[in-house]
Amino acid sequence: MPEQLLTIAIIMTKVITFTFLVVLPLVPLSVYFERRFSAIIQDRVGPNRVGIPLTLFGGKKDFHLFGLVQPIADGLKLFLKEDFTPEHVRKAFYWLAPALTVVPALITVCVVPFGPDVTLFGHTEKLVIADIDVGPLFIFAISSLTVYGITLAGWSSNSKFPFIGGVRSTAQMISYEICLGLSIIPVLLYYGELNLNTIVQEQADNGWLLLPFWSEGQLSLPSLQTALFLIPAFIAFLIFTVSIFAETNRMPFDLPECETELVGGYHTEYSSMKFAMFFMGEYAAMVIGSALIITLFLGGWSAGFGMDAWIANFSIGDFAIGGFIHMGIFLSKLLAFILFFILVRWTVPRFRYDQLMKLGWVIFFEAALINVFLAALIIAAPELTAIIIAVGAVLLIAVTAAVIWVAKVSEPKTKVLRA
Amino acid sequence: MPTIKLTRPKLDIGEKIYFGALLKGFFLTMTHAIKTLRGKSAGAKSLASSGLGVTMQFPEQRWDDHMPEYYRGAPTLVTDEQGRERCVSCQLCEFICPPKAIKITPSEIPSDDKWAKVEKRPKEFDIDMTRCIYCGMCEEVCPEQAIYLRKDYLITGTSRAQMIHNKDKLYEIGGVRVGLVNKWNELK
Repeated sequence: MPEQLLTIAIIMTKVITFTFLVVLPLVPLSVYFERRFSAIIQDRVGPNRVGIPLTLFGGKKDFHLFGLVQPIADGLKLFLKEDFTPEHVRKAFYWLAPALTVVPALITVCVVPFGPDVTLFGHTEKLVIADIDVGPLFIFAISSLTVYGITLAGWSSNSKFPFIGGVRSTAQMISYEICLGLSIIPVLLYYGELNLNTIVQEQADNGWLLLPFWSEGQLSLPSLQTALFLIPAFIAFLIFTVSIFAETNRMPFDLPECETELVGGYHTEYSSMKFAMFFMGEYAAMVIGSALIITLFLGGWSAGFGMDAWIANFSIGDFAIGGFIHMGIFLSKLLAFILFFILVRWTVPRFRYDQLMKLGWVIFFEAALINVFLAALIIAAPELTAIIIAVGAVLLIAVTAAVIWVAKVSEPKTKVLRA
Repeated sequence: MPTIKLTRPKLDIGEKIYFGALLKGFFLTMTHAIKTLRGKSAGAKSLASSGLGVTMQFPEQRWDDHMPEYYRGAPTLVTDEQGRERCVSCQLCEFICPPKAIKITPSEIPSDDKWAKVEKRPKEFDIDMTRCIYCGMCEEVCPEQAIYLRKDYLITGTSRAQMIHNKDKLYEIGGVRVGLVNKWNELK
């Protein structure tokens, strides 16, 4: 019995630590980074004042802390605002929608590997809440529930702008979910594994998917097959990253929200904490999305360059705390990728709605599909004879050409504009 | 009128692929970010920036030195070098004031005063700074060169009463202004 109690206690600790002490604080942090980074991109300063107001308590000087306390002030403000429910909404769904956007994003935390094993007090534990063998599938299954939150918000608000936002969001999510799923099939083929922790361990030993410059812990040039696999890996990375942008409704694809045409999109009618929940859900999805990209393509918690074995064996006395160092590496990679997300938001102009759909269905869907076969050909090549490889390559090129031709022909002719 | 046929410009393959433009964009935004951090943004010097972007950070840095001559701040009443209050309470400013911020109570100048021939001066002169829109019409309409918009811009108060500038306050901000036309002086 105490054995089971201990297991439950450990699981609870992991849930609380990873979800509420690691991922949730990353949300306000990324909001802060978003504001500061966008400010310096636009030659401004950004929020740099809110700190510890010692002068309020009779101190001589305030600590500004570069404005790091700003998100807390924002959160407090949202808590204290009036939670207004308009007369004309469908109450039950209106209340359900914000929860439906936050909860899936936070549930997906449980398969993200934050680090390898740590040993404390003779107990070895993995730094992942649920070490299950369907990692990416689980994330896709749960995170696609987010669309229900947005759609319900749009519909139950019973007003035109949220409605259009909700409809757009549904269309967009469905289009990009397909590319998202198809694009990582090459990666899963390569590893033959769906357990995220094992995938990262594999990358730590044999080189990251996009940086395979060591094997068995020694720096070395990649073999021909691995080098060739860089091509489908890079295409997969590109499609996956762009699809994650679309999944999280972030900037080049923010059509469900688009302040410029739909006021606030699906959350127009929301205020106070309900609005904050949408906001949190969006940013949490961004954090999880970047975590997934890092885990699959950029080595997850591994430091790379053959240093992982050394870090993993690092221990103080009986405590093997190398896992925590790996977790630190993972979090810094995560922050770097979040910064990349922000950079994209303030660089790339928005797509028109038809361009968005075309990009999803005509370009990425086909590219991901062809990429699957390309990856399969490269992986299977050592066991095939030269003739079969050649036939496969020719077939692949023919199919690609055909797809491009069809896409080109089906494109509507541009009309001549008259002055 | 000749008819001009316009066609969309043909995009070459690089432009169609779009990623080149993306990279260019990243380069551009990152250049801006780095320049901002180094305090070398375009115009940072002429705008007297705080060293981060082109922004001047307010309470520590003031733009008082950069204020143009024509800056319109708080409206004030002025006295001239002879110590005479210029306002003769003709109430033109009160009537022209678009937001009706000015309220004047005229009074007579007693006959034993040095400036008795001016006949009138304001007993009370209130400008409600919560209403004032700093348009400068009062300055423009004044026939006596008595009301001027000065460069004071930090007009704050913790109550509505504090935001009403009375005569004393207006003369305090306005101060003495020299080189005005002294039409009430004795002929020489």
